[in-house]
Order: sequence, then C-alpha cells, then structure tokens
Amino acid sequence: MSTSSSPYDVAIIGAGIVGCAMARRFTLEGARVVLLEKATDILDGASKANSAILHTGFDAPVGSIEVGCVQAGHEEYRQIYRDFGLTLDECGAHVVAWSDEEVAKLEQIQQQAVDNNVMDTRLITGEELRKVEPNLSDRALAAIAVPRESLIDPWSSPYAYLQQSLMNGGEVMLSCEVTGGRFDGNEWKLETTQGLVRAKHVVNCAGLYGDLVNSSVFGQAPFTITPRKGQFVVYDKAASRLAHSVILPVPTARTKGIVLFRTVFGNLAVGPTAEDQQSRTDSSIDTETLQSLMAAGEAIVPALKGMPVTATYAGLRPATEFKDYQISADAANNWITVGGIRSTGLSGALGIAQYTYGLYRNMGADHTALTDPAIPTARVLTDIANRDWKEKDHGEIVCHCELVTRREIEAALSGPLAAKSLAGLKRQTRVTMGRCQGFFCSARLAELTEGQFVIPMAEGVDK
Amino acid sequence: MIDLTTPIDVAIIGGGPSGLAAATTLKAAGVARVVVLEREPDAGGIPRHCGHPPFGAREFKRIYTGPAYARKLVQTARAAGVEIHCLTTVVQARPEGELLLAVPEGQQVINARRVIYATGVRETPRSARLLGGMRLQGVVNTGALQSMVFLKHMRPFKRPVIVGTELVAISAVSTCTHAGIRPVAMVEPDPRPTARWPFTLYPRLKGVPLHLNTRPVAIHGEKTVSSLEVEDADGTRRHIDCDGVLLSGMFTPESTLGRMGHLEVDPATGGPVVDQFGRCSDPAYFAAGNLLRPVETAGWCWSEGRRTGARVADDLKGKLLKGTQTVPVSVEGPVLKYVMPQRLNLKVSRGKDVLQLRLNDIAKGQIIATSGGKTVGQWQVNSRKERRILLAISRLDQSAITGPVTLTFTPA
Ligand SMILES: Cc1cc2nc3c(=O)[nH]c(=O)nc-3n(C[C@H](O)[C@H](O)[C@H](O)COP(=O)(O)OP(=O)(O)OC[C@H]3O[C@@H](n4cnc5c(N)ncnc54)[C@H](O)[C@@H]3O)c2cc1C
Ligand SMILES: Cc1cc2nc3c(=O)[nH]c(=O)nc-3n(C[C@H](O)[C@H](O)[C@H](O)COP(=O)(O)OP(=O)(O)OC[C@H]3O[C@@H](n4cnc5c(N)ncnc54)[C@H](O)[C@@H]3O)c2cc1C
Repeated sequence: MSTSSSPYDVAIIGAGIVGCAMARRFTLEGARVVLLEKATDILDGASKANSAILHTGFDAPVGSIEVGCVQAGHEEYRQIYRDFGLTLDECGAHVVAWSDEEVAKLEQIQQQAVDNNVMDTRLITGEELRKVEPNLSDRALAAIAVPRESLIDPWSSPYAYLQQSLMNGGEVMLSCEVTGGRFDGNEWKLETTQGLVRAKHVVNCAGLYGDLVNSSVFGQAPFTITPRKGQFVVYDKAASRLAHSVILPVPTARTKGIVLFRTVFGNLAVGPTAEDQQSRTDSSIDTETLQSLMAAGEAIVPALKGMPVTATYAGLRPATEFKDYQISADAANNWITVGGIRSTGLSGALGIAQYTYGLYRNMGADHTALTDPAIPTARVLTDIANRDWKEKDHGEIVCHCELVTRREIEAALSGPLAAKSLAGLKRQTRVTMGRCQGFFCSARLAELTEGQFVIPMAEGVDK
Repeated sequence: MIDLTTPIDVAIIGGGPSGLAAATTLKAAGVARVVVLEREPDAGGIPRHCGHPPFGAREFKRIYTGPAYARKLVQTARAAGVEIHCLTTVVQARPEGELLLAVPEGQQVINARRVIYATGVRETPRSARLLGGMRLQGVVNTGALQSMVFLKHMRPFKRPVIVGTELVAISAVSTCTHAGIRPVAMVEPDPRPTARWPFTLYPRLKGVPLHLNTRPVAIHGEKTVSSLEVEDADGTRRHIDCDGVLLSGMFTPESTLGRMGHLEVDPATGGPVVDQFGRCSDPAYFAAGNLLRPVETAGWCWSEGRRTGARVADDLKGKLLKGTQTVPVSVEGPVLKYVMPQRLNLKVSRGKDVLQLRLNDIAKGQIIATSGGKTVGQWQVNSRKERRILLAISRLDQSAITGPVTLTFTPA
C-alpha cells in the first residue's frame, strides 16, 4: 500500500480494543495511520469476550498507569458516546460483603476509591442494598455502592473508534500479520504477510501476542504474556430483571472475582473465572466450571435457579508478570509497546490512546490535530435505543432471538471492515447470540453469507 | 402491514401444525377474522424442513413428507378463509390481546379479541447443555441441519457425531444420507436408546455405530471441529474424530413471549401455564401445540390445535364454561417430570380432557392425586422414560377436590 509512496506516520499492530482506540486517537491528532491486524476480522483476540463493564477505576491500584488510563478513558467515553450513538447504561455497582471478614474490608476499599479520586461511593447496609436489589440473597451483609460503574457494548464501541479513524483518513489492513521488521534510524520496514509496510513509528498493541511481536523485532520483550482465561455463563433475558446493578465481590489479590452483571443486550451473566494458561488461543470452556459459576450466581441471586442458559463462553486476558499496564516508549527506535492490558482494556482504551499519544509527542513527533473530524454512527444493537427492525425496509428478521435484520447483516458484510467469519458477524450484529443459538436462523444465515466467510457456515450439496 | 380496518377476532402466533389447525377450526366455526402471524417466509412450522415421511395420517388419511404436509396444512387453512401473514414476528405479547409485531415495513401494534399462542419447540443448543470445549462452527441442532439440507441444499459438515437417540436423532441419520453426510457415530449417555425398536435399527442399517453409556464432554479443534471428547460409563475419556457435532433433542418450548411478558410460565414444562381448555394466565390468551410441553408429533399438535380452536370459538360466543372453581395441579417427587394443564376448572371437563404427564425415568406403579390430604384419583402406570402418560380428568373425584391437586408416583 505505501511501499512506493511515503511511509505512514504510525503503524499500529493489532486491532483489538486498544488498537482501534489508538488508530482513532492518532488519526484525530493528524497522523497518517495504518492499523495492521493478522485476523480476518477486528476484535478477534482478547477483545472478543469480556464483561463489558466501563469501570471507574475505584478499585485499581493507586497511582498506577492503569487507573489514570481507565479514568481518562471513562471520561472520554462519556464525552463521545452520544454523538457516536453508542450506549451507556449507568447502572452502578455494588461491592457486596458476604461474611464478617469481608465487611471488615469494605472500609479499606472505600478508602482506595477515595485515593483514586472516586468520591461518590457509599457504604450501605444489607437492608439498604436489598431495597435496591430485592432479588439478592439475604446473606448479603453490607456493600459499597459505586454509582458510575456502567455497561457498554464491548464490540460496537471499539468498532466505532476504528470507523472514526477510517472516516478521517486512517487505513486498516486485515489478514496482515506482522512477522518482523527493521528500523533504519528513520523509518520502519515491517514485514507482514501482505508485504512490507513502511512507517516512521510503530505502536505495538498486539494484546495476547504483545511480547511475541516485540521479540520478533528486537529478539526480546519487556514482559511475558501468560493468558488468564475467564469463563462466563449468560442467562436468558428474562433473568435481567433479577439484578439492576453490577454485583461485585470483595476482591482478592489476584482478580476482581466472580461478578454478576447485566449486559446492554438485556442478558444477565455470571463470571469470569481467572485461570492461568500457556495457550494464547485455547478459549475452551468446561462443564464443571460452568456449573460452579451457576452455583455462584445462584448463591448471589437465588431466583436464578432454573433460569435457562443462553450462552457460555470464555475470554483470555493478556496478563503479564506485572500488575500494571506495560506501556513503554523506545525513543531510539521510534517504537511504543502497549501491552499487558489485562482486565480493564475496554474501560481504559481511549485513555491508553491519549497516554500513548503523549509518549509519542515526547519522542519529538507531532501533527496538527483535525479541526472538524467526521463522526461515525455506531450500530444500534441494544434495546435501549431504536433497533433496525423497527424501521422500514429492514428486509426481514433473520435472527429471531436477537431481532437482527437482513439489512443489518448485509451492512456488516460490506465495507472495509466486512465480516469474514461468523464470529466477526456475530460481534457486528449479534446474529445467533440469543436463546436458540442458531436453531432457527443458521440455514438462512448460511445462505446469506455464502461466499463471504473464510470458513463457510455450510457448503452447497452437489448431488 | 396488517390491515386494521376490520377487527381481528383471533390472532394466532405461529403457523405450525397446531396454529394452522386452530385457525382452520375457528373459520369452520364461523369466526369472522382469523389471522395467523408467522415469522418465517412460509407457514407450516417444523415440518417445512422435515424431509422425511410420515406426516398427515391422522389429519389427511394420507402419508406426506414434512414439506408436502406443511403445504397441505397451509392450503387447507387458506381455503377455509384464514389470513396468513408471513415474515411477521410477534415481538411482544401484551395484556388483553395486544401484540407488537415486526413486519418488513417496520413495527406494528395489533389487537385481537383472543390470541392463540402456538410457537412450538426447539432443541437445546450446545451452550445450554453446558457442553465443554471450543466454540466452533459446525456444531448445530437437528432443526438447523434440516433447514440447511431441505430448504437451502447446503450441509454444515460431512462427518459429524450425532448426540442423542430419540426419533429426531434417528431422522437426522436420514437427513444426513440425503445430503451425502456420513455420521461417524451416534452417542447416548443412557444405557438404552430413547427411541423405540425398530427405529433404533436404522442408524446401524446406515452404518452409523451407536455408542451407549457415552456422555459428550467437550468439542475440540482450532478453527473447525476435529473431535468430540466423550466419557464412558466407567469414566474413561476418548476422542471421536469428526468435523462437526449434531446436537439432537432435549426439546424446549419456544416460550420467549411468555417469559419476557406477562403470561405465567411453568418451569417444569417450560411452556405457558394453561387450564384444560388451553387458556393461559391472561384469559385473552390460549396456547396449543408443542409450546405447551416437549414434545409430541405433528399429528398430536394438530389435534390439540383443533381442540383449542374449538374452545376459543366457544369462548368468543360466551359458551366456554367457567367452572365452579379453578385449582392448580402440580407434580411432586423425582419421577414425575411435569403435568399439563397446570390449572383445572372444576366440574366443566368433557369426556376427552386429560392430564398429560411425562416421567423422568422408567417407572411402574401408581400415580396418586391428592387434594387437601385426601386421595382424589389414582391410575396404574407402566412407562418408559420420556413417554407421554395421559390421565383422564373424568377419573378425578372432582367433588372431593378442595384446593391444589398434587400428583405423586408410588412404585409398584
Ligand atoms: C474475561 C474477561 C473479562 C473482561 N472484562 C472487562 C471489563 O468488564 N471491562 C474492561 O474494561 N475490560 C475487561 N476485560 C479486558 C479487556 O477485554 C482487555 O483488556 C482488552 O480486550 C485487551 O485488548 P487489546 O487490544 O490489548 O488485545 P487484543 O484484543 O488481544 O488485541 C490484539 C490484536 O492484535 C492482533 N495481533 C497479534 N499479533 C499480531 C501480529 N503479529 N500482527 C498483526 N496483528 C497481531 C490480534 O489478532 C488481536 O486482534 C476483560 C477481559 C477478559 C478476558
Ligand atoms: C428438529 C425437530 C424435528 C422434528 N421432527 C418431527 C417429525 O419428524 N415428526 C413429527 O411428527 N414431529 C417432529 N417434530 C415435532 C414438531 O414440534 C411437531 O411436528 C410440530 O411441528 C409441532 O407443531 P407446532 O404448531 O406446535 O409448532 P411448530 O411446528 O414449531 O410451529 C411453530 C411456528 O411458530 C412460528 N413462530 C415462533 N415464534 C414466533 C413469533 N414470535 N412470531 C411469529 N411466529 C412465530 C415458527 O416460525 C413456527 O412456524 C420435530 C421437532 C423438532 C424441533
């Protein structure tokens, strides 16, 4: 693409949540950007599955890069989401204490929130808690209310960030794996599966592969990724009446623990687990763990017992040996590594991008920010807003459970970010993500997507 | 868009065998405007994609394949004056017969004097079975396979493992054969197949080995399915190489509208709570067909649709009897899975009204109905797992019923 012409200002490696936000920020600041993604679809790594909570950072390590990015990211999301047509469900969270020891820890958690400049938390009694969450088990003893913890759409938002970059001159190359590269003191020549890509600076946002990308270029990496798997159980939409806010446990040193949360799509979910593993691709689930998650969910909300399950899945967190984000600039090499964005990347992405642009500027690079950038219109996939099926000429309803229209599917199958896999199409439209998981619509969908996917849903029977 | 200039007497949600039978019966009974709302491009329900016979013996005294039978049902309904609206999804069922629809032109709200809720059953997908492993393409239910093969002439795999041994799993073997798919195995956690002999001979005839006492554990593969991991009765695990998994059966009523709306749903059947007339917790709503409980044949659902249609016609004329009192009916203990209807109007039942039950296990013994500490009915049963049991309501001593009726099983 630019081997003959002038190099890009910045090549960003990895179209996860972080890479998408990065492409947007650098484009808005006036840089010529290319985003390189090895998968056929964006958001195919760590970003494919998370809890979709926009955190306030109240419980993040005080003084960390993480808390700064999460809070800046949260703030910027609030500034842009209306214009983008994105969702924000300000349901709040409760950190619930189930034992006396946990009650004893609440004060400390509230102090941490204050230290993190989250001033609006409140310590409440079990009784007060049950007034707002009447379906919670009466074993809940006390809680901290955290008002601004919110729910967002984990795919439409990063998708919209990237769309804004593309609308304003950014470029994306899919199925483009970076395999190595050389810096000649002036510009990078990145070796990719689509040929050489030239750029003055590189930002490595390769998530679960962040260390490997650095190693492929420098022979070493400042951290090692050890993926941490999180499994989830998603209940039928009827269950979403059972909890209003995000129900958090008192955290342990290692994880935020098992959370009960609604999604903006109207489900109720329980998860995630925290299981360290070596594989960067194995997002398998297992029956025993799913059962234990359901038991944990029922202990929090007893009425969940007997509620049908809609979906089960697992995501992989790009965890490292360090607790904080691993963001560092190598000024001698015009290279910035943005790694180890473990469990708050959805909240932090916009903030991480601001922070990284700051590092970039410190390396002496700068541009003139766009004065009137084009603003994308995000897909509306949540019932809070006006879905496509309510509008005329939507074609037909293809996915009955999630009310996905043919027009929405056709849109997702076209353009620079056209879905090339069923997984990608699901993230863009929610097809087959409802109760029946494709019982009713798989055949129609196989027909509509014929010739579009790298791995087809079905093949024609030639007899 | 549905024309709203003339009032709608009865709206029927779902154009499967039960909904179409109800609609046809209503027209025959002289009801003026009967509207079937069907979300698929064609009415006919599940049989539309059951490429095999036998369908229609009870209804038309002839044997049809599923698609031919579906067409026949549609023709019969149309000929009787039923309006069928396809690509019309009921999104919400609201109190007193108000329905929110999605139609190609957008959304529409309609009102009907009565609504018949007849949305059928589907199979349980991989997720709700809590089956482990990777989430890959090529893992489908029989319904999806049938639709791919018979409606779209496509196949999602070539060498799948079939999970389940009920009739629908057996029929899947024939669907596979039709599409040049060669199942590598059929697995069943139980020691015996669910379907009866001689149906169970069919897979063997087609060269598909049957693995009994074999529980599916996890699906493996990187980009596509490479094997199904199974566990034998003694706990040994092994892999069966395959390129897909067909998950058959574990039927569950498609009762979303009830669950998300105001109609009471019975956790035991998974369908709406009804009385012996098929009337739901909101008296403007009736229900029929496999939505009521998993799972019966098309012919059975057709009869049920006819009966419910007749009751709704009576109701519109003010002729449906109210009864002296309405009491809940429920099952207790580990053997009885469910009872339907879940409500009984006392002293109004006709000869043919029955309680429908299903057992969790093979059972021989007595089912006893009690109310207020007194025995109000008893029946001998000798049944296999997953078989339907019908108990005549006329055999209940209705004058002795003072409150809720509980059914329990005592082994012989
Ligand atoms: C179970 C779970 C729950 C979570 N819950 C939340 C939550 O509620 N709120 C929240 O804020 N965060 C949450 N997160 C965290 C969030 O999902 C992650 O922080 C985020 O997805 C990390 O994104 P990333 O862009 O850094 O990585 P990734 O998504 O992994 O993106 C990296 C991309 O780089 C590509 N890539 C890799 N190598 C190369 C190469 N050589 N060449 C080209 N491309 C390459 C990959 O294909 C991938 O697309 C959760 C995470 C998990 C797993
Ligand atoms: C995979 C499978 C295979 C089967 N094979 C056989 C077989 O071989 N022989 C046999 O006798 N029985 C079979 N059955 C049983 C089958 O349920 C019955 O044959 C019969 O179809 C039940 O009729 P019904 O009218 O209750 O429901 P269905 O036939 O399921 O019809 C329900 C209709 O409602 C529509 N609908 C659902 N929700 C809405 C909504 N919100 N708005 C508008 N329309 C809606 C559906 O599109 C469908 O057309 C099978 C069932 C399954 C699931």
